Amino acid sequence: MTNLRVIGALGRRSINQTFRRPQLIAPILIFPTLLLAIQVGGAGRAVDLPQFPEVNGFLDFMIAGAMIQAALLAGNSGGIALALDIEMGFTDRLLAAPISRFAIVLGRLVGTAALGAATAVWFIAIALIFGAKIEGGVTGALLIILLVTLSAIAFGAIGAAIALRSGSASVVQGLFPLVFVILFLSTAFFPDNLLLEPAASIAEWNPLSFIVEGIRDLVISTFLGPSFAEGVAALALVSILGLLMSAAAMRGRLKRG
Amino acid sequence: MTARADLETIRALMRRALNEILRVPGAAIPGVLAPTIFFLGLTAVFGNLTLLPGFTTDSYQSFLIPVSLMQGAGFTGAATGVNLARDIEQGWFDRLLASPAPRGVLLAGLVLSASFRVLLPATVLLTVGFALGAHWPGPGGLAIALLITMGMAIVAAAWGTTIALRFKSQSAAPLMQVGMLLLILTTTAYAPLALLTGWLQEVARYNPATQIVDAARQGFVGTVSWDETWPGLLALAGLAALLVALALRGMRRTAD
Repeated sequence: MTNLRVIGALGRRSINQTFRRPQLIAPILIFPTLLLAIQVGGAGRAVDLPQFPEVNGFLDFMIAGAMIQAALLAGNSGGIALALDIEMGFTDRLLAAPISRFAIVLGRLVGTAALGAATAVWFIAIALIFGAKIEGGVTGALLIILLVTLSAIAFGAIGAAIALRSGSASVVQGLFPLVFVILFLSTAFFPDNLLLEPAASIAEWNPLSFIVEGIRDLVISTFLGPSFAEGVAALALVSILGLLMSAAAMRGRLKRG
Repeated sequence: MTARADLETIRALMRRALNEILRVPGAAIPGVLAPTIFFLGLTAVFGNLTLLPGFTTDSYQSFLIPVSLMQGAGFTGAATGVNLARDIEQGWFDRLLASPAPRGVLLAGLVLSASFRVLLPATVLLTVGFALGAHWPGPGGLAIALLITMGMAIVAAAWGTTIALRFKSQSAAPLMQVGMLLLILTTTAYAPLALLTGWLQEVARYNPATQIVDAARQGFVGTVSWDETWPGLLALAGLAALLVALALRGMRRTAD
């Protein structure tokens, strides 16, 4: 019960921090939105390629990639916020309190989750306004919000692990280019059968590809196919990995004092 | 002050900016890394767009490399703006303004340093591009591409300076980067004009940076000709004049 209260209080602080500073939200929403608009306009004719999957339009295909890009950036931003707490000594004060260590990380992830949900709603709105269709209907849209939120938590856990290990906001900030490397080596922006090597082979095994395809399945398909199940499995894998990394990083920080 | 003193001031400011590459190598890494990652990533992702009927080349690396050079210029210009914002925050710029050097000379030192700094990411990009099979543009094509890249760095540095003088804070860095990124990517960056769709095709048609990208693309795609070169140089000169005038206005207002 105490742990839940701590997570609730830290979560509220995290949400307030995130949404009170528009300069932190703007890059997470605006940058992927601009990139989405430019890529849809710039590479939209790709749907005419014979090997391109059957979709209503390129926006329908791209929207899942934009959502995951925003979720990755939200995870990175959550890691930066935790690292700033460490730099300013706030985390040390929490560690001195009689509360579960993991509640500190989970509290921070509440803010990341809220940001993930907000980005999902934002991109669904963009998709609908600009003529894309969510084939999965209302249920599909709700599942998309759930998957993007869980993705933000999973990526946020990895960001938190790096923040706890390094204790430096600039190190976590430095991971920003890595976000794009992971995205480019997945099917976030293009189908795997049309990627060039070695990206095509890497994308085939990149867990991010499975997560993106799971979300994309809800946009372009009327029924939940194997892609959705694979997406959920990949998301569970990344989440467990992130939480284990966070736990190990926290133990390491406590050992180092 | 004499013209000779002005030139020496410009040279000193340029040397100070270029010294940063040697003394703080970490500061130069993002400007090199970001356009290289985008080049490698975008060619891997959208490389098969060349299979579309009407695409002007069979090598997406050749098509994209001039755009990546422009992106390198954009990041270098933004770095100039961020460095100026840091100098403003730390009070160093106030001391510079108190000197008898004309504002235009101070601005020239800032923006010209960017035009030389951009040669670092440009060299890395060209090396990676040629290693991955980008077409050799010939000496003429390469010279035009480098000249335009250096010019775009001046444009980007003038933009970064304008933003730095307006907000006086390093936290305005995203605005410096996004402004240039938008200018460059809303052109024929991803595909030839005829293959762009929707709003982007219209924007690219009237965006002066399209002429600049197309001029820099000569040799990498197609042949080099004066007919393709002069519209790009004219657009570049126009953009540079506009943004340098804005930066100068900002500098004069700061001094008041």
